[in-house]
Amino acid sequence: MVEFRYRDDEVTEQPSVTLDAFLDQSNATAVRLEPDDDARALIPFLDRLTLIEVAFPKYRDGRGYSSARILREAGYTGELRAQGDVLVDQIAFMRRCGFDSFAPEGSLNPEAVERALSTYDQFYQKAADAAVPVWKLRHG
Amino acid sequence: MYKYDNYDQAIVDARVAEFRDQVKRRMAGEITEDQFKPLRLMNGLYLQLHAYMLRVAIPYGTMDSRQMRMLAHIARKYDRDYGHFTTRQNIQYNWIKLEECPDLLADLATVEMHAIQTSGNCIRNISSDQYAGAAADEVADPRPWAELLRQWSTFHPEFSYLPRKFKIAVIASPEDRAAMRLHDIGLELVKQDGELGARVFVGGGMGRTPMIAPEINPFVKADDLLSYIEACLRVYNRYGRRDNIYKARIKILVHEIGAEEYRRQVAEEFAHVKTLGIDPPLAELERISAFFAPPAFDAGEVELDRSDPDFAVWLDQNVKPHKQAGYAIVNISLKPIGGIPGDASSAQIDVMADLAEKYSFDELRVTHAQNIVLPHVAKRDLYAVWQALREAELADANLDLISDIIACPGLDYCSLANARSIPVAQKIATRFADLDRQRDLGELKLKISGCINACGHHHAGHIGILGVDRKGIENYQLTFGGSGAEDVSIGKIIGPGFDEDGVVDAVEKATEVYKKLREGDERFLDTYRRVGLDPFKEAIYG
Repeated sequence: MVEFRYRDDEVTEQPSVTLDAFLDQSNATAVRLEPDDDARALIPFLDRLTLIEVAFPKYRDGRGYSSARILREAGYTGELRAQGDVLVDQIAFMRRCGFDSFAPEGSLNPEAVERALSTYDQFYQKAADAAVPVWKLRHG
Repeated sequence: MYKYDNYDQAIVDARVAEFRDQVKRRMAGEITEDQFKPLRLMNGLYLQLHAYMLRVAIPYGTMDSRQMRMLAHIARKYDRDYGHFTTRQNIQYNWIKLEECPDLLADLATVEMHAIQTSGNCIRNISSDQYAGAAADEVADPRPWAELLRQWSTFHPEFSYLPRKFKIAVIASPEDRAAMRLHDIGLELVKQDGELGARVFVGGGMGRTPMIAPEINPFVKADDLLSYIEACLRVYNRYGRRDNIYKARIKILVHEIGAEEYRRQVAEEFAHVKTLGIDPPLAELERISAFFAPPAFDAGEVELDRSDPDFAVWLDQNVKPHKQAGYAIVNISLKPIGGIPGDASSAQIDVMADLAEKYSFDELRVTHAQNIVLPHVAKRDLYAVWQALREAELADANLDLISDIIACPGLDYCSLANARSIPVAQKIATRFADLDRQRDLGELKLKISGCINACGHHHAGHIGILGVDRKGIENYQLTFGGSGAEDVSIGKIIGPGFDEDGVVDAVEKATEVYKKLREGDERFLDTYRRVGLDPFKEAIYG
């Protein structure tokens, strides 16, 4: 269930299909990526997709962070959802990688999520969010 | 030395506040130990055999006296009056209370220090050459590059849940004092047509499958560095193995697909990443480099008075040439005979801080061999420095000799260990306590690990010792022929293992074989490489 969503558009009602199914039958608009799926396989179809769900079966498995960035770097603007073993203290990293909705398996305390997202206001790296990296602030 | 600006300080302060909140939630039972574990690990807090252990980052092993004094303060206030300097140029405290940890981190933050990413499956503290800025053979000071990487890697959103931990070393000399090619990524700064760039090695490491990193790129320009390293990491994050913790380091990926295929994948990823604008302008590297400008050297060359024989021995063994005439590099051994390698008391840490402030332009370094360096000492001050060190029992003249042992904490502290390392180090050092005997044996790097994870770098020891558990009994395997220097190699197991006393005897026998067979000024390692294992085996097992 989507607990946190940082977008204004309508939630996609269509259930997401696996990457293999999507590549076979091309009219779906929602896809689910497992950790070992290659996010780049979706690049030709991004303008048709409204939801990409990235699975995190275990929080320790960080492949989904790269999948998210690859999709955003390729220009995907639809909903990018982290689903599964998503913990409070990962959400800030996930937001920076381009995720804008979260469906954690265990329910998260909204206050704690809010706190985690507002802890840092400076970032060293340029990532998939709008944050201006420190080096750019230093040098304009 | 690098100084934080408001941005750097804000990030470290935010981390302290965040960890305070995480500890509070843990203490209140809002999160389980299992959920807390990755959070504390990213702050360098381990649960060991007897207590929490905290690892504090010392970026590229460089500190000023204020920071060094803070390490003494931490030992006094939060621990048992000592700290343990590690092979990754960090310091560990062994007896930390969880509830005091947030205050400890707040104290560290007042001197621009932290414990960020000193554990966990993320990019760890960047290590470097302890002689940076002082060595005559460097093409540039490697530390600005290390600082650039420190900032890039700090809270990297994509690379905080890698398949496994990730260690980067940066050097800038042909002589490798940082075991560069035994890191996940090793960078060697080189000049090409007058321009400074990095030779990039990927996929080295120790652990249960030791590997020497192959060169992946002969020259990456400064303004491509972060894009290139980001590409290296992304390929690893996506394709590194996650099915088996023992095969999850990048060395396994590079080995399995081959250096050529890895290089190709990185090149492809780099071509894409380079378009994203993640590289700071060169002005940022210049800004950082300005902090590492050479100090105001003003001492003239002097003729040293060598009439005190103990001083003369220390000069010959522990003091190294400096690039600036009139100056020298002082190595402070943390390996007293019978002591614990790498340990220093609060009082000793304070003495070293005072000496740095008074005699070394306020700088200290930690070495991967678990010693301390005063990088810029005027030769005219060497005698005074030596006297002060001797007063603090810090003047052992055994740098790079057989008693200058690298040892992991082993089963005395570590929850992963199979065997004790410290008592073996103590017994070997005691057996060879006679300094003349040690000096006769010359450079002999002996390294001890208490388990296969190889934190004591045994694979890179001229003589390596690996502690294993054999049916509940501690057993020690000997390896010969490793090196972490520019002549990098992995040691080979010589035969069946020994008990604690047996391994000490075997080491002694090996040194006797060496003495008999050595030619000219060959080191133990050179003789072993020339004659091979047989004569040693015969003497030890024969």
